[in-house]
Amino acid sequence: MRLERRAHRPLVLVLLAPVIAIMAALAIAGVLIAMAGAPVLEAYRLILTGAFGTRLGFTETLTRATPLMLTGLAAAVAFRARVWNIGAEGQFYLGAIAVAAVAATVFSGWPPYLLIPAALMVGAIAGMVMLLVPLGLRLRFGVDEVVTSLLLNFVVVLFVSMMIEGPLKDPLAFGWPQSIPVGPEAMLPKLIDRTRLHIGLVIAIVIAVLVYFLQSRTVFGMQSRAAGLSPTAAVFSGVPLAKTLIKVACLSGGLAGLAGAIEVMGVKGYVTTDLSPGYGYSGIIVAMLANLHPIGVIAAALFTATMFVGADSMGRALGIPSYIADMTVSLSLLTMLVSIFFTQYRIRR
Amino acid sequence: MTTHPVLRLTGITKRFGTTLANDAISINLAPGEVLALLGENGAGKTTLMSILFGHYTPDAGTVEVAGVQLPPGKPRAAIRAGVGMVHQHFSLAANLTVLDNVMTGTESLWRLKSSTGAARAKLLSIAERFGLKVNPDARVGDLSVGEQQRVEILKALYNDAKILILDEPTAVLTNLEAETLFATLRVMAQSGLSLIFISHKLNEVMAAADRVVVLRGGKVVAERMASATSKAELAELMVGRRVARPVREAAVPGTVLLEAIDLDVGRRLSGINFAVHAGETLGIIGVSGNGQTTLGHLVSGLARHTGGELRLFGQPINHTSVRSLIEAGIGRVPEDRNEEGAIGEMAIWENAVLERIWEFSRHGLVDRHAARQFATKIIDGFDVRGGTPDSRTRLLSGGNMQKLILGRNLQNRSRILVAAQPTRGLDEGAIAAVHTRILEARRAGTGVLLISEDLDEVISLADRIQAIVKGRLSPPIPAEQADARMLGLMMAGDWPQDGKFAHAS
Repeated sequence: MRLERRAHRPLVLVLLAPVIAIMAALAIAGVLIAMAGAPVLEAYRLILTGAFGTRLGFTETLTRATPLMLTGLAAAVAFRARVWNIGAEGQFYLGAIAVAAVAATVFSGWPPYLLIPAALMVGAIAGMVMLLVPLGLRLRFGVDEVVTSLLLNFVVVLFVSMMIEGPLKDPLAFGWPQSIPVGPEAMLPKLIDRTRLHIGLVIAIVIAVLVYFLQSRTVFGMQSRAAGLSPTAAVFSGVPLAKTLIKVACLSGGLAGLAGAIEVMGVKGYVTTDLSPGYGYSGIIVAMLANLHPIGVIAAALFTATMFVGADSMGRALGIPSYIADMTVSLSLLTMLVSIFFTQYRIRR
Repeated sequence: MTTHPVLRLTGITKRFGTTLANDAISINLAPGEVLALLGENGAGKTTLMSILFGHYTPDAGTVEVAGVQLPPGKPRAAIRAGVGMVHQHFSLAANLTVLDNVMTGTESLWRLKSSTGAARAKLLSIAERFGLKVNPDARVGDLSVGEQQRVEILKALYNDAKILILDEPTAVLTNLEAETLFATLRVMAQSGLSLIFISHKLNEVMAAADRVVVLRGGKVVAERMASATSKAELAELMVGRRVARPVREAAVPGTVLLEAIDLDVGRRLSGINFAVHAGETLGIIGVSGNGQTTLGHLVSGLARHTGGELRLFGQPINHTSVRSLIEAGIGRVPEDRNEEGAIGEMAIWENAVLERIWEFSRHGLVDRHAARQFATKIIDGFDVRGGTPDSRTRLLSGGNMQKLILGRNLQNRSRILVAAQPTRGLDEGAIAAVHTRILEARRAGTGVLLISEDLDEVISLADRIQAIVKGRLSPPIPAEQADARMLGLMMAGDWPQDGKFAHAS
C-alpha cells in the first residue's frame, strides 16, 4: 500500500473534505463525552441548540465568530505567502489597546462616522507594526518569524497588562485592571438590539470577500502566491519579493489588529487581559480548517464559534467540562489536515 | 562467452504505481568487461542499478554476483559481495581528508584507535595499481571535481569492489577529464575489474564501452558490441525512432545587440567581454560552477555588474531589473527550470504571464482572459503537451515545461534570447524540439546567448564559441574552427592571454 499524488483535486472531494473532517471529529469527541458519563446524542443536540436554539445563543455564536473570521483571515493571507504569522494574538491585543488609548482621548469629541473608521484604522496599523517587526528581522537577518512573532505575543500581553495597571487604567473601575473605556461614540452599532451582536460581523464578511478578490484577481494576489510557493522562481519572474512579503505582513497584521479593535469597540468597550480567549491562536486553526481559503474562513470561524458556544452550554446542562469544545475544535483540525491530505493523495495498493 | 559471468541479473521487474520501471531485464557481465547501459531519462537505468545495489527491492527477478544470489534490498550485502557504486552526486565529506573519506564506514565503531597507517598503505597501493593519482592528506573540498570523482572511485575500490557501477560519470567532467577517466576505466578492466557505466551520451558510450545494452521504456531493446555498431544506430535504438537534431545553417550576423566590455560581477565574473549579434548564436561553454549561473543572472536582470560596461542595443545600461530587460526584449530561459523557470503548483497560464504580468493586467487586476489566451497560443504554437491553460504546471514533463518557458519568451519575438542549459536533463526528442526553436528564433533575427555545458549542443547551435573558466571568458572562436579537442583545452582554461588564438585568424 502506498500513497500516490493525485493529478487533479476533484472538486467534490475538496468541498466534502471539511464535512467529513468535522463528522470524524464529532465522532471522536462523542467517545470523550461518553467517557465523561453523558449521553452522547443528547450532548450533540445540546451543542446545536446551545449555539443556534435561542436568540441569545445564536447571536452569541455570531459575535464569537467575528474576531475568529478576522484572525483566521490574518493567518490565511500570511500562510499563503509562507509568512508564518503566529503572532495574531499579540497583534489583536496591540490593536485593542491602541484603540483604547486614542478613542476617548485623541479622537475625543469626533462624530462617530469619523471616530469609528479612524479608531479601526489605528487598531489595524498597530497590528501591522507588530508583524512588520518579525518580518523585518527575517528579511534583514534571516531570523525565523515563527519564533519572533510567537514570543512577541507574550511581550504584548505584558505590555497591555502594564498599560491597564498604569497610564491607561480606568480610575472608575474600583481598582480592577481594565483600561479607560473607548466611550459610547466609539462603540460599533448593534446588528440586533439587546444582544452583543454588532456590525463587526458584516465588516468581517465583507473583508473576507475582498481578500478573496484580492487573492484571486489581482497582481498582488498572484505575486504573493508565487512568493510563497517558490521564492526563487518568483524572483526570476521579477516579483519584488521583500516588497510583496511586506504587503502581505501589513495585510495580515492589520487584520489581526483590526480584530482586536472591533472586539473592544463592538463588545466590551474597554480592554482587559482576558479580552481574547485565544482568538489569535484559534485563528490559525480556523485558517487551516478553511485550507487557507478566505471564503472558507467564514465557514470555519462559524463552526469554531458554534463549538465554543454550544459546548459551553452543553457542558453546563449536562455537568461535563466545557473543555470538550476545545477538544472537538482541535480534533477537527487534525481530521481536517488528514482529509486535506487525501484530497491531494490517494492510496494505492 | 565461455567465461563465467561475475554478475547476472535475471528477470528484474520493478513497478512504481502504474509505471513499469523495469520489465523483466536480464543482463550478464563478464570479468574484465566494460558494459555501457544506454538509455533516455526514465528508461529505467537508475532503477536497475539501484536494485542491483540493494537500494530497491525488485518485484521479481534475482541478482547473482559470482554465482551467489544477493538478498534483495540490502546495500551492505552488495558491498560485501564486491559491488561498488559511484553516484552522480558524490557522497563525500568536503571538510575531511581524502584518506578519512575513503576510510569512513570501513572500521568498526568500537575500535578505540583507527589504523590509519595500514589504510594509507592500502589506499596508496590501489592508487598506484590503477594510476589514480591522489594525495591522501588533501582536503576533499580543495579538490577539483575530477579529483573528487577519483576519490569516489578509490572509495569503492578500497572496499574491494570487483564490480564498479558508475552513474553518469562524465556529467560533471570536462571532456579532457572524461578522457582521463575512460583511460582509467580501461586500466581497471584490464586488471580484471568489471564495470558498468550508465549514460545517455552516445560519444562516450562508443569511446569507452566493450558492449552496450540499450534500455527503453524499462526493457532491454538491444545489445551491441561497441565495435559493431554506430552512433546513429544507437541513437535510433535509444529513442525508438529516427531522431535527428536540427543543424545550424550559415547566416550573416547583424548588429550588436548585447555587449559586455571588461565587465565584473563581484568576484564571480571578472573582466569578461562578449558580444551577441542579431541573427547569431553565441555559445558559452564551460564546466558547471565556473560562473555560468552568475552570467545567466546578469543578463536575466537578477545580478548587476560592479565594473565595466554592459551595452544593450549600443546604449550603456547601469540599472537592470527583470522587468527592464524583459521590456527591452530579452527572453530568458533559466538554467534550472523547476527552481526558477516555473512554479509547479501554479496554473500553466499563471506561469506563462507571471514574468510579464504588467502586459496582462490593468490597475492591478489580472486580465485572466488575455492571460489564458496567451497560454493557449503557447500551448498550440510550441506543441506543449499534457496540459491545458488551467492545469497545474507540475504535471508537464521536463521537455514540455521547457517548451512552455521558451514559448512565453519567443511568442512575442524577443530580440535577444538567453538560454541557460536549455536541454539539461531532457531526452533526445525534447532536445531536438528545443534546438529547433532556438534555431528558428535565430533565423528570425534574434540574438541568442547560449550558456551550456554540453559540447555537442554548443558545437551544433553556436556560430561563435567562448569558454568560461573561473569567472573569466576566453576570446571567441568561430564554430567552424572549433573541435572537441580544442574546446576541451579552452574549458580547461588554456588560452593565450593576448586574446587571440595563434591559428584562429
